[in-house]
Amino acid sequence: MKISEDVVRHVAHLARLAVSEEDVHSLAPQLSNIIEYAEQLQRVDMTGVDPTSHPFPLENVLRSDEPKLGLPREVILANAPDDDGEQIRVPAVLEG
Amino acid sequence: MEFETVIGLEVHVELNTDTKIFCGCKTSFGNPPNTHVCPVCTGQPGSLPVLNERAVNMAVKAALALHCQINQDCKFDRKNYFYPDLPKGYQISQYDQPIGEHGYLEIDHNGERKRIGIARLHLEEDAGKSQHAADGSHTLVDYNRTGVPLMEIVSEPDIRTPEEARLYLEGIREIMQYCDVSDCRMEEGSLRCDANISLRPVGQQEFGQKTELKNINSFRFVQRGLEYEEQRQREVLAAGGTVRQETRRFDELSQTTLSMRSKEEAHDYRYFPEPDLVRLHIDDAWLAQIRATVPELPMEKRDRYIRQYQLPAYDAGVLTSDLAIGEYFEATVAAGAEPKAASNWVMGDLLGYLNGRGEVLADSRVTPGQLADLIAMIAEGTLSIKQAKDVFKIMCETGRDAKTVVQEEGMEQISDMAALVPLVDEVLAKNSKSVQDFLSGKEKALGALIGQVMKATKGQANPGVVNQILRDRLSALRVEE
Amino acid sequence: MKEFPTIKQMLTSMAAGETQPSDWTRQSLTNIQKIDGKIGAFLRVNEEQALIHARQLDEMAVRWRKNLVSPSDSTRDLFGIPYALKDNMCTKGVGTTAASRILENYIPPYSATVAEKLTQANGVMVGKTNLDEFAMGSSTENSAFQKTHNPHHLNRVPGGSSGGSAAAVAAGMVPFALGSDTGGSIRQPAAFCGVIGVKPTYGRVSRFGLIAFASSLDQIGPIARTVEDVALVLRQISGHDPLDSTSAPASTEDFTRSLTGEVKELRIGVVRDMNAEGVNDQVKAAIDKAISVLSDAGAQVVEVTLPHSAYAVASYYLVAPAEASSNLARYDGVRYGRRVEGETLLEMYEKTRSEGFGLEVKRRIIIGTYALSSGYYDAYYKRAQQMRTLIRQDFDDAFQKCDVIAMPTAPSPAFAFGEKSADPLQMYLEDIFTIPANLAGLPGISLPCGVSDEGLPIGLQLLGKAFDESTVLRAAYGYEQLRGFVMPFPHGLEG
Repeated sequence: MKISEDVVRHVAHLARLAVSEEDVHSLAPQLSNIIEYAEQLQRVDMTGVDPTSHPFPLENVLRSDEPKLGLPREVILANAPDDDGEQIRVPAVLEG
Repeated sequence: MEFETVIGLEVHVELNTDTKIFCGCKTSFGNPPNTHVCPVCTGQPGSLPVLNERAVNMAVKAALALHCQINQDCKFDRKNYFYPDLPKGYQISQYDQPIGEHGYLEIDHNGERKRIGIARLHLEEDAGKSQHAADGSHTLVDYNRTGVPLMEIVSEPDIRTPEEARLYLEGIREIMQYCDVSDCRMEEGSLRCDANISLRPVGQQEFGQKTELKNINSFRFVQRGLEYEEQRQREVLAAGGTVRQETRRFDELSQTTLSMRSKEEAHDYRYFPEPDLVRLHIDDAWLAQIRATVPELPMEKRDRYIRQYQLPAYDAGVLTSDLAIGEYFEATVAAGAEPKAASNWVMGDLLGYLNGRGEVLADSRVTPGQLADLIAMIAEGTLSIKQAKDVFKIMCETGRDAKTVVQEEGMEQISDMAALVPLVDEVLAKNSKSVQDFLSGKEKALGALIGQVMKATKGQANPGVVNQILRDRLSALRVEE
Repeated sequence: MKEFPTIKQMLTSMAAGETQPSDWTRQSLTNIQKIDGKIGAFLRVNEEQALIHARQLDEMAVRWRKNLVSPSDSTRDLFGIPYALKDNMCTKGVGTTAASRILENYIPPYSATVAEKLTQANGVMVGKTNLDEFAMGSSTENSAFQKTHNPHHLNRVPGGSSGGSAAAVAAGMVPFALGSDTGGSIRQPAAFCGVIGVKPTYGRVSRFGLIAFASSLDQIGPIARTVEDVALVLRQISGHDPLDSTSAPASTEDFTRSLTGEVKELRIGVVRDMNAEGVNDQVKAAIDKAISVLSDAGAQVVEVTLPHSAYAVASYYLVAPAEASSNLARYDGVRYGRRVEGETLLEMYEKTRSEGFGLEVKRRIIIGTYALSSGYYDAYYKRAQQMRTLIRQDFDDAFQKCDVIAMPTAPSPAFAFGEKSADPLQMYLEDIFTIPANLAGLPGISLPCGVSDEGLPIGLQLLGKAFDESTVLRAAYGYEQLRGFVMPFPHGLEG
């Protein structure tokens, strides 16, 4: 399937990437190539084939409900681009 | 045209585990911002989640209590969206294989029992808290809450009135509290509720256009917000208009609902199986273990109280509305109290006292045994109801038992003839006018004389016994005349 | 002919009391200073801390020696051995960037499990190595910060994405380094740089603290100059980690035990139906020669088929970008890393991510987002995961007939800068031989098996059954002893 420039814009927005018109022009054919290549998978009969989401299916890897020491606030805030000493600050979130 | 209301609720319940769902940070509420955080719950690069076993146990327990089928094989998925309080840019949730499905919850409404279907119950992680500056200049984010285990419980669209919605939500809270999986404090956000509401002409099968009601932060507002919204939609439809699909929020100040966003951006959460977690397999033995921890549920207990203790439905409802109240009541009965008397005392004086002080049952200094003793003293005639109420108040304040209070305060009822006869004689001697009145046929004068005796004993005299002695003495006088 | 000392030689020398940990750390730092200007393998050299750590180990050296029961005991840990980590492994207090602008100033508040394990093994971390941004690439050209040159030919790429680690080892700056392998990122640069790289079985080594690219494919492994050295390092970094849910319950092993030099009765599988059209003739000849060396020594060569391997690249380039699109969502300018301010939150997000990520990363995020978006999940991501099942079954069948499978690591030796970066799909197709092991989670090794006419190393890849690194290492060691050619001293370092 060809990926249109509109689809590139839409998907970029979903991924919170701003793409220039120039990027859109070059990305659309590149992505089309890759997706078209990937479409050879459609030729294989996959009926009854379970998807592998883990190479070696483990199950029930659990931890007990015991508190562990976390990190001091100043350590977490040390990497923050903007904070008020207690909380991380971001531009206003508009929708409620 | 007649309309029928269709409501579905999506309830989020925070589990009361000690630690978060995917890391060892504490879940306690009300701490300074960003003090219960670690690499995992702040989404540091390279950090990985490990599932809290107790959160699974609690979710399965809750799902069983809601009569859900348990998906013994299930998995976690990523729900992808951007928001500052979502540290990883995705929420670990369950998409197509929730822990529980196809359950129900029963509510009693207008004397009838109604079943509300539960479509699904799944386990996920909570997001952090965003605090929006009043001037709209910025938002502050606290990650203490990120990763607190959360259950999402989605009802079927089986609810038909705003009142039913409130009863359903209260039912959820009761069950969660009975199962001891959540404290369900709406004001602290450990229980949150979103509602979908639509109207359709009576008889029509397909649903009308719905609106979503968010930010409902009390049980009362669930009903009130939905009542407002129901009325608003009815007016729109009656005027020939169409309801817009939108998200609205309940505004406490105006007691109305306001539109939050009208142009809904189509959400595309790009769910896919969480590769950092492995599958969950709850085998039969594990399931049986959890099943054994599910307590008698409120509705079952309510029915039993009516059957076993012959209590009115109202009493049974109040006593089972909280696990602790029911336990207290039953302990009081087990200590020998008559069930209806125990019910009256627990519902009335005990809860009244505690409520007045903003306390809960756990704070009570009066034990069920002490209350049973007090009730026994009334039955024996040692205390009048009125005296018992005074004694109870002191018991509540001091934690002393009834007998001690009565002795120390000299409050027991005097029924002893030998003690009362001289007192009665003294009153008769001092109130010759009343005596004469009575003898001349004024029956009312007896009341005044009893009153004098009660006054002389500071209310402790047994009025029945006093009455008997007075009548005996007065009829003797009549004969003498 | 100059030779760099191996881990084994360093340990033996320290056990004999001839050298001290700080001697080796100092030598490593000196080499980096001398050579890395030409190579560009390191993003960060941890000089001061490394020397402090090495001197502390000097203090412990007497006791360490005393506790050795026999000289071979010295390889029980990595006492005083300098090493480098690919810069996508978190190191507490030491900047970790994944070679991305978006993490340029990020200082992790915790260390990856592998870093902790190597510290516990008394290794000395001397620095962090370059990579393709977020490990996305096969040439290390996608690093936001610098190019890394192939020590054997400075105009060639070192391969990728663990190009920095492979080049650092090949150039003798460290005796070993760790890399990560999502679609060949350890094996291919090892092949290009003429060193040995192991991609362990998925779950063998903890991923905790590895900056995720594609969670169901990523695996950390060692790069060193001898099979024995990679075995020594693998032993230290393997084992169950309660912090990684996908970590296998298997405990670690002494992998050197399988290094017997014996290849008799070993069944070597050769794949006949794998697309060999794109394979360079010299590579083909070197692989055939390697197989005949093994066969001459008594190994049994059997033909096997991997019918679905033709679909491996297609499957990989859906699964990996899909997982990456989600794994990279956390780089949003909120909690750490680079933020580019904007008027609104949306603008801040978009500016941060657009300026913070390089083109290849953005391309993969977009492919992955597309593959997961509603309406396409079943057609793309799910199908790709189903294909993994078929590929895995192919391997299961093949390993009924053989113990290891031999094939090239890459279709050609190291290519020139810019040669393949114009067409992303062509670049992806280069990974045809390495990707299947990632999709199936199997262990693999790349070791030098020849040199091209231009003096560029050629890599032989050996794949094994899940959790059977021992047999893979045994075969590799056997070949290493027999191979009968000498890996030339890196040209790029001469003069």
